[in-house]
Amino acid sequence: MSLRVDVALQREGFSLEAAFDASVDETVALLGPNGSGKSTVVSILAGLIRPDSGHVELDGIRLDDVPPEERPVGVLFQDLLLFPHLSALENVAFPLRARGAAKVGARRRAAEALERFGMAGRAGARPRDLSGGEAQRVALARTLITEPRLLLLDEPTSSLDVAARARFRRLLSETLRTFPGVRVLVSHDPVEAMTLADRLVVLEDGRVTQAGTPEDFRRAPRTPYAAELVGVNLFAGRLERLPDGAGRLVAAGGELTVAWPPQASDPTEDVLAVLRPADVSLHRECPEGSARNVFHGRIEEIAVEGTRARVRLGTHPALVAEVTLGSVSRLGLAEGTAAWASFKAVEVAVLLPQGTSTGTLVG
Amino acid sequence: MGAAFVALPLVGLLARAPWSRAAAILSSDSSRTAFRLSLEVSGLAAALDLTLGLPLAWVLARKAFPGRTFVRGLVVLPLVMPPVVAGVALLAALGRRGLVGAWLDRAFGLQLTFTTGAAVLATALVSFPLVVLAAEAGLRSIDARLEQAASFLGASRWYLMRRVTLPLLGPQIAAGAALAWARALGEFGATLMFAGNLRGRTQTLPLAVFELSQTDPRGATVLALALVAVSLAVIVALRRRLLTP
Repeated sequence: MSLRVDVALQREGFSLEAAFDASVDETVALLGPNGSGKSTVVSILAGLIRPDSGHVELDGIRLDDVPPEERPVGVLFQDLLLFPHLSALENVAFPLRARGAAKVGARRRAAEALERFGMAGRAGARPRDLSGGEAQRVALARTLITEPRLLLLDEPTSSLDVAARARFRRLLSETLRTFPGVRVLVSHDPVEAMTLADRLVVLEDGRVTQAGTPEDFRRAPRTPYAAELVGVNLFAGRLERLPDGAGRLVAAGGELTVAWPPQASDPTEDVLAVLRPADVSLHRECPEGSARNVFHGRIEEIAVEGTRARVRLGTHPALVAEVTLGSVSRLGLAEGTAAWASFKAVEVAVLLPQGTSTGTLVG
Repeated sequence: MGAAFVALPLVGLLARAPWSRAAAILSSDSSRTAFRLSLEVSGLAAALDLTLGLPLAWVLARKAFPGRTFVRGLVVLPLVMPPVVAGVALLAALGRRGLVGAWLDRAFGLQLTFTTGAAVLATALVSFPLVVLAAEAGLRSIDARLEQAASFLGASRWYLMRRVTLPLLGPQIAAGAALAWARALGEFGATLMFAGNLRGRTQTLPLAVFELSQTDPRGATVLALALVAVSLAVIVALRRRLLTP
């Protein structure tokens, strides 16, 4: 039981060539920036858009010629999109009725579904009278009423506030865990993807640029977007050997010193280097010590996450540092002020083009 | 000042109305016939407006095609055109010697002029823009993602239209139809030109008011007040849409 997607589609100013798999024992997150083609993939899976070539295969059956209403696909939408003029019960019954089920039978099954979600008492309520949590349950019941084999969550939490997002994520996580089929989550929110999915597939400009576990991404992100996603610094450029056995990476935004990987030839093009934000130290004054990489720049942004703060620096190259809230106040860090950043050469993980990696692996 | 300007004619009507004869005038044969005919004509006109207007509104709201602005302008035209001109235009097109009318007469022996059908056509034409504009505005205000969600959930085009689009559009359709109906009820110029003033066939209430005012000006005020009452009823029914700024 699995989903295999390998589709291509050409539209004016946009082309999509996406291939990925999802098996029944995992939740796969399809991640990508806006305009990367995620929603096109959703439409293709649901059967509303026909790809120019390629196939969608679910449980070994090709869905290409199956019309939307006969596809065993259930979609949960961003903003839920309950029909405002229909009661909770009629909303849940909608997919059955759209498929031609008789009114009485559809309503009975909808009532049973609402009961499973603890919503039996709210069957007659209109969506505007439901609380956020109630509406989410009704929407989930509507998505699952046709007993789909593929569950598609389309940006389910992106328009909620932080507290509501965490609550809904718990409900989704429970639903995903018990769903007996293939689960695909479409998102542009890394937190949503990392907390709900076992495997990530990153889509950029209509192409899959990387696929793997969150761990794979943290260790070796392949694109700036992927690096941003897992919150690490990523540099790409030419690696040159320095006289003292170290290496210099000449990246687009600046240069940094790294430990020379023994397998590398001098110079090597298209080298990727990963640096964990926690390995970047921040200082008020120019630091003295053994760190080979010292940069000076303006603090562009300070984002607080729990007891830690992510500090975005306008250095060359641009850096993200992660420090404790204590350090922020002790050093008097503020957006718009200048600061020094330093890190050791050995803390930069160098990824050679062939995929051989060396240096400190981040985890 | 402005409010008084609007209120003054109404006060005048109330002051001049011969209340002692009111019941007699309202229950006279000619009034009752005109009233019944008015309801019939305006009701049929509103129904015709909806039948022709809803598909057109859907096309205008959802389909981009060359000349869409032109078509929309054409649709609004009857709203700003003098009704008498609409009547003359209908005569030129559908009258016995009109462009299409002559052919209808030759081919089917069908003459529209001076029939109740002509009155319906004339009133439907002048009230048509109200239905189209209301429905188009309503269609544009519907969250397109709801319709897309319905497709994702397996709804065919027709099911989507029937269970989602039209119900969501319900209030706007009702408002447009009510305005169109009220406009049709008050229609005078186009009806007079195209359908004439034949008691029991084309003499609607406004025409009856006009005729009565030639011989019994004070009696006419009673009929006029009856029309005002209907207009007020429409305003009350649509107060949420018309009166909230």
